[in-house]
Amino acid sequence: MISQNLNFFLIFLSAMIVNNILLMRFIALCSFFGISNNMQASVGMGFAVIFVMIMATTISWLVYHYLLVPFDLLYLRTASFILTIATFVQLEEMVIRKLFPPLYRSLGIYLPLIVVNCAVLAAAFLVIDYNLGFLKSLVYTLGVGAGYFFAIVMFAGIRERVNLAPIPKSFQGYPIAFITASLMSLAFLGFKGLFGL
Amino acid sequence: MKKGLLHELTKGIIEENPILIIMLGLCPTLAVSTSAANGLGMGAAFCFVVIGSNLVISLIRSIVPSQIRIPVYITVISTFVTIVDYALKAYLPLLSRSLGVFVPLIVVNCIVMGRAEAFASRNGVAASLMDGIGMGIGFTLIITLLGAVRELLGNGTVFGFPVLPSAYQPFLLFILPPGAFLVIGFMMAAQKKFFQKGGAR
Repeated sequence: MISQNLNFFLIFLSAMIVNNILLMRFIALCSFFGISNNMQASVGMGFAVIFVMIMATTISWLVYHYLLVPFDLLYLRTASFILTIATFVQLEEMVIRKLFPPLYRSLGIYLPLIVVNCAVLAAAFLVIDYNLGFLKSLVYTLGVGAGYFFAIVMFAGIRERVNLAPIPKSFQGYPIAFITASLMSLAFLGFKGLFGL
Repeated sequence: MKKGLLHELTKGIIEENPILIIMLGLCPTLAVSTSAANGLGMGAAFCFVVIGSNLVISLIRSIVPSQIRIPVYITVISTFVTIVDYALKAYLPLLSRSLGVFVPLIVVNCIVMGRAEAFASRNGVAASLMDGIGMGIGFTLIITLLGAVRELLGNGTVFGFPVLPSAYQPFLLFILPPGAFLVIGFMMAAQKKFFQKGGAR
């Protein structure tokens, strides 16, 4: 597991590649298979996830360490995290729409989808489980988000090519997508054990 | 009416199987199915949550204003998830450790939310209960099967009992992440071939 004295760069790489959230941890697969039909949508979703994830981890880290721990309310962890994140995504959507209209136009439809994207909640939980400090949590989350972006964009590219290939009828669509993902995951498995994590 | 209820129960098992057909709830399915026992444990936890939340949501559906229904559903679901999480930690610490972060993640499991939104909020208590049980069974069945296949190929055992002759060289890949994608890909293709009328959609 991640030890306390790893430096920031290693934390980032480990979160992004060695423990890639999609291919190694199987988190957020619904959006991975649902959206990766389309390259542009994948890029949009990737950016939206990075953005929301960083904000959500910041908030939930503060809620956990300054609200739940001092008042001995640890059993409310799941409920409080998901509610904070849901509220926060809503708030964020309004703020972005008001202040940065171009950004809103490009991320727009993906923001609400993220509430049910388990990657965001998982990042918040993992940071707490690994007991990381505030700055390290942010770096870790950035790594997780970057890993998500990296994997989904690559996968979208491969799927665009696969769609043109002649495939047996019963494998068309999702089955072949899973087998593609399996091969990608195999490639990522090669990074396992890097940095002794 | 009786036939209707029975249909709600059975449709989740094959016809509208949450994993293979609706393609929801993939994350825990693939991640924890490294062995048949893990799959069964996750399936049981999931059953409890989906049955409980379907029941409660169908009871309160008429008093919840539609604007705030999503947060209300999330609160209901997360209550059940917390119960399961703590119960597992107390009584089955080993299973709880191997399921890890995926137990709290049932909260954002799209099946639970999807059934709450698509079914329990529009149907009566009895039908929602049946729907919850059916979905739970369908999910458990697939996740246990997936776990059993991976355990068999990757370790030569099922539920911890040796099945294949000891000369069998375990194919470790199936316990590792790529194996999960591979097996579910083949399961989906098989399901498409044998159960879907008219072949590919």
